[in-house]
Amino acid sequence: MAFTAFSSQAVVEQAPRKRSVIALVLLLPGILYLVLFFLAPLISLIITSFQQPVLDGDIGEYTAGFQWQNYADAMAEYWPLVLRAFGYALIATVLALVISYPIAYFIGVKARRWPLLQSLMLTLVIAPFFISFLLRTLAWKQIMSDEGPIVVFLKSIAVLPSDGHLTGTAFSVIFGLTYNFIPFMTLPLYATLERLDTRYIEAGADLYASPWTTFRKITIPLSMPGIVSGTLLTFIPAAGDYINASRDFLGSSSTAMVGNAIEANFLVLQNYPIAAALSIVLMAVILIIVGIYVRRSGTEDLI
Amino acid sequence: MTSAVPAKAFEQASFEPSPASRRRFRMRGIGLPIYTVLALLFLLIPIAYTFVFSFNDSGKLNIAWQGFTLEKWLTVCNTQGLCEAFGNSILVGVIATVIATALGTLIAIALVRYRFRARSAISLLLFLPMATPEVVLGAGLAAQFLTIGAEKGLVTIILAHTMFCISFVVVTVKARVASLDPALEEAGRDLYGSPTQVFWRITFPLLLPGIAAAALLSFALSFDDFIITNFNSGAVDTFPKFIYIAAARGIPAQVNVIASAVFLLAIVIVVVAQVSRAARAKRLARQS
Repeated sequence: MAFTAFSSQAVVEQAPRKRSVIALVLLLPGILYLVLFFLAPLISLIITSFQQPVLDGDIGEYTAGFQWQNYADAMAEYWPLVLRAFGYALIATVLALVISYPIAYFIGVKARRWPLLQSLMLTLVIAPFFISFLLRTLAWKQIMSDEGPIVVFLKSIAVLPSDGHLTGTAFSVIFGLTYNFIPFMTLPLYATLERLDTRYIEAGADLYASPWTTFRKITIPLSMPGIVSGTLLTFIPAAGDYINASRDFLGSSSTAMVGNAIEANFLVLQNYPIAAALSIVLMAVILIIVGIYVRRSGTEDLI
Repeated sequence: MTSAVPAKAFEQASFEPSPASRRRFRMRGIGLPIYTVLALLFLLIPIAYTFVFSFNDSGKLNIAWQGFTLEKWLTVCNTQGLCEAFGNSILVGVIATVIATALGTLIAIALVRYRFRARSAISLLLFLPMATPEVVLGAGLAAQFLTIGAEKGLVTIILAHTMFCISFVVVTVKARVASLDPALEEAGRDLYGSPTQVFWRITFPLLLPGIAAAALLSFALSFDDFIITNFNSGAVDTFPKFIYIAAARGIPAQVNVIASAVFLLAIVIVVVAQVSRAARAKRLARQS
């Protein structure tokens, strides 16, 4: 979906040679907007991450500087939150993939002969988008609360100790991340599986491959573009999320992720350089992971 | 891309499985459909919860079930600041959508139709906002507004939302532009249509479904955005920000009312769009 849409290889070949003045006029407003409100802010963020406090100044007053120390300080204090963010996001992405693949396969391949059923099920997949992200997460908080049905049940069968909780744990945060990003995973998977030629699967069976081998050697490679965009669309927002891990939602102070640290430093503590340094670290790690991942999975023409 | 070649080669072919394999597929049991239904029901749990608790006869805290009432639906705006925040969300969503859709559509047309230098740099610039975590986008803009001393408020929220919507508009409209037959526009020019006439009478109506989809997506992204808004809103509340602040002390049931109403409206729009698309497909099939 989103991430494969910029694979413009085929489009470039088709594009006729026309006066590029018109192209310039068409591109200029939007590109200028992105330069002003995407690129320039990133540069501001980099500049901010090197700032130093004003001597004898108020809290939140900083001046231009070249403080590499900000990065060292930020990492010294928050490295567990950075690790946790990527760990939680990784687990949530794998879980979302495992949960979504059969859904997408059923809707995209098995339900092909019933278009109405297909579109009904797709509507149900995207239905969570239509209710506020925050409310969805709060609903799970209530359902998993100590008085809620799940905790009562788990305690009655002694899976959870009598003084145990579900909310505020790593479990509930990863659960929330997984739940919230399942539609982001399912849609791109569906988009590629929907175009999967089932005769390849038949061919696998005809050549005496077991269903598992056919799935592994044929279905998975053919749906790779969907897997790549789905995992990126899940992993990136999950790594930067701070709603699920927030104390008022599914988390507690022991589940804080790097996003929580960025929010607290920027909006509460007014420690802008630390918040900026953490943002740059988050962004850099994500870009490195995305770069390696895209290269490894053989979909280099994403952009 | 690994699958590009076979997918293209078989594009024209029918995907109908042979009778033998159809039998085999059916034999494979009912595990997958049952799983899918259960998974879809699981996705709906928080929605059902939110909807049911909009009818809860609760006090300030809407946690335990206290009995059915329609009162919250009738007194939505009695909650301090709620309807104002909701109005702000609509306002921001509409303005950001209009700007982002206009800018993004122009870019999409240029990307498909024209050759120009720095194409890969521009593609990268369009891709990066989608690959950047929202918290970084939000902090970056906030740092920028701080540097230039801009007061945070509705304007900064709109500027921020427009920014992250543009790339999604480009992606959505681009697919539509690519599928548009240039011969139709040539015909318009052959009939002495001016470039403006050709655009508004031919290109624009043909692109409209894609543009409408992009606009809906933009509005949905803007309306539900919290993270970027939180960094750039100052004292102004949007609907998600109202929820975030209220979450610390308990969400009033009126919030569930608004969310449920928005949900129902969105579902109606989606269903109407799908039914009309199905009807159009049927009509076209009958004509050919």
